[in-house]
Amino acid sequence: MTKDTDHLDRPIVVVTGMGVLTSLGQGQADNWKALTNGVSGIRRITRFPIEGLRTTIAGTVDFVSVPEPSAPALSQRLAELVIEEALAESGIGRVGDFPGPLFLALPPVEMEWTQRFGLAAASGANETVTYADLIRAAGTGKFEPWYRRFLFGSVGENLAVTFGTKGSPVATSTACASGGTAIQLGVEAIRRGETDAALVVGTDSSVNPESLIRFSLLSALSTRNDPPSSASRPFSKDREGFVMAEGAGALVLESLSSARARGAVVLGVVEGCGEVADGFHRTRSSPDGKPVIACMRAALADAGLEPEAVEYINAHGTGTPENDKMEWVGVSAVFGERAGSIPMSSNKSMIGHSLTAAGAVEAIFSVLTIRHGLLPPTINYDIPDPALPVDCVPNVARAARVKHAISNSFGFGGQNVCVVLGAAE
Amino acid sequence: MAHDRDALITGIGIVSCLGSGADAHWAALNAFSPVLDTGTFAPLAVHPLAPLALDTQIPKRGDQRQMEAWQRMGVFAAGQALDSAGVKGNSEILSRMGMIVAAGGGERDYAVDAAILSGYPKAENPGAYLNEHLLGDLRPTLFLAQLSNLLAGNISVVHGVIGSSRTFMGEEASGADAVRIACARIAAGQGDIMLVGGSYNAQRPDVLLHYEMGGLLRRSPFDPVWARQESGGGMVLGSVGCFLVIESRTHAAARGASAYGHIAAIKTDRCRREPGQATANARAQFAAMEAHYDPAGAAVISGASGVAAPAEEENAFLASLALPVRTTATALGHSMEPSFPASLALAAMAIQHGSLFPPLEAAERIMTAPLTQALVTSWGHWRGESSALVTAA
Repeated sequence: MTKDTDHLDRPIVVVTGMGVLTSLGQGQADNWKALTNGVSGIRRITRFPIEGLRTTIAGTVDFVSVPEPSAPALSQRLAELVIEEALAESGIGRVGDFPGPLFLALPPVEMEWTQRFGLAAASGANETVTYADLIRAAGTGKFEPWYRRFLFGSVGENLAVTFGTKGSPVATSTACASGGTAIQLGVEAIRRGETDAALVVGTDSSVNPESLIRFSLLSALSTRNDPPSSASRPFSKDREGFVMAEGAGALVLESLSSARARGAVVLGVVEGCGEVADGFHRTRSSPDGKPVIACMRAALADAGLEPEAVEYINAHGTGTPENDKMEWVGVSAVFGERAGSIPMSSNKSMIGHSLTAAGAVEAIFSVLTIRHGLLPPTINYDIPDPALPVDCVPNVARAARVKHAISNSFGFGGQNVCVVLGAAE
Repeated sequence: MAHDRDALITGIGIVSCLGSGADAHWAALNAFSPVLDTGTFAPLAVHPLAPLALDTQIPKRGDQRQMEAWQRMGVFAAGQALDSAGVKGNSEILSRMGMIVAAGGGERDYAVDAAILSGYPKAENPGAYLNEHLLGDLRPTLFLAQLSNLLAGNISVVHGVIGSSRTFMGEEASGADAVRIACARIAAGQGDIMLVGGSYNAQRPDVLLHYEMGGLLRRSPFDPVWARQESGGGMVLGSVGCFLVIESRTHAAARGASAYGHIAAIKTDRCRREPGQATANARAQFAAMEAHYDPAGAAVISGASGVAAPAEEENAFLASLALPVRTTATALGHSMEPSFPASLALAAMAIQHGSLFPPLEAAERIMTAPLTQALVTSWGHWRGESSALVTAA
């Protein structure tokens, strides 16, 4: 990179710090080691009773605890841990003083059953309990901390306070594409010249009974509970659903000129982002794959690259029958004859589907893939699906030189985001 | 001075207790009388949504059934905004139109919740009981009515807005950041035409529960926002759906679209709300707008929620500006995510009419001079300070 600007004369956006936490462990080193050794982080759920559930496994993060457990509390804690790692690597700003905005991919926030049961007990209602009883109990003023905890804005606010990010923190949800959307928001802000740096975070710790059951009721989850490590089987003929997982990823994005000026190590380049929404259906993709195709093409055009330049695809690869088929349809349209020979692996085979966090976590793994010249495998690939003649890097990691990679994220609500990542040179 | 990449408001969709559409709102604001439901959730009150002719914006009954109330009102308002901008059904434009939605979460199944709350303490094995009843009693598609991004998803399905789709969460600030980022993208050429807004259903026991835990809901008398400050303040929530079509001047001109107004400046920020911090943010934002500011024809559309501490500070700040003030929450109720877009909509309507609507309460003063500018404020009930300056297009 001799210039600080890209093919459209915009500031080049680089990654100067990363932090990651998944069911495989905390930090880049542990995650990368497990990921490239084909280790699964999927396990039996122990956090709550699993009696009667069709799916009893998840990629839970059980090694991090918070005083009063809830999805926003744990999501915030995971975010803090990955931000700390990313800031330490980047060396940007000072402690508690990040010189740019926060873009946070966050799962929707809602009061949980623990709180509802707590309010019901406090209401003193015996036979039948209604919301009127809960509201009466709430009026005692004893539950004020829950009001703040379950505001949609409180995770972002708390992170903004802790890390000193600038301006109004933006929390985004585009379902399973949220992490990609957060990256895109950061890239766009830097390209507009609003800031030299942005802190981009995706975090999710939604494994609780109701969230699991909601996905289960949509028949989205794998029910292959034994052994848990075998459940996530992207691209396999016998794939049957995704595995819910928790995790977080943080990236320090910076303009190349800013990174150069302070002598920062450039880990990778965010070369382009593409986004196209799908108006076909609330949960299903257009059967012709048009939005997914347009999304990948938009990302490549944004990066100023031809499809021929792409040497690795970090697949969305959830392991649901429909997603993997649709992703292959999209990839084969965009990459033509090369499609089956471009390595395209799914991190979700090992870490599960970290939902809101996935786009950020997998962008980080894509940068590591490029940096290490090593492609993480798709594990559990036992029975190839003849309809998907994909090189999914089956079961064993493979050395390969990668200069440009794409990372796909697709979500309910017709959300499609593709991020193009490039080598630092 | 007009610039090619100025952000113009070329479409308004708004539904609330005052009715449906910009014209109905303008008429109601000019003959204001509060619309309150004090019975359903007594002793709490809400501003209830006016009845909507849903078929006019969501023609397929199947689509209506797939949504809960917060989505229906949002998708309805989005369709109205597209109609108002003259781009409804224009697939060439809609396929490249960006969308930023500010949203919370959707409704729950209150009957299922109540049954579980009642049965759980008596269950022999409470954990198994919860699993069994959630699995057996929740409607599978309810999830899609609850996910924050499924308002945007439904707008894509029903109206075909597919250029981009992003959902921001975070109460009042999310609505202001949605507009700010839409305007910034237009200014930078990262988009030419955007659909921005959100919706909020206040007629929900779970949202009332949430703010009641915070001790923030007003009890009778349900006075207007400033009058109620004499007796402790507090919020009266209101159901609101509001979307704006925001478009570059060049793009609007090329298709011969007229504009309600021009978002000349918009700023958002946060603070910890130590005394004076929110005022400092508001002052800094105001100072950054000074190049566009002309006090002679200006008024304020305030997003004050009614919560006492921020209202007291904002009142002092507004007094220092010495401008006529109108307060959105008095008219529509406070609506969290769409409250800032709704205030912008009221401001843009007034700018287009060249006059401010009459005071909504004694604390607000009459403005007889022609209106040429509106300063829109939004101090979140807990966090977030935002402001925008709307001028004639």
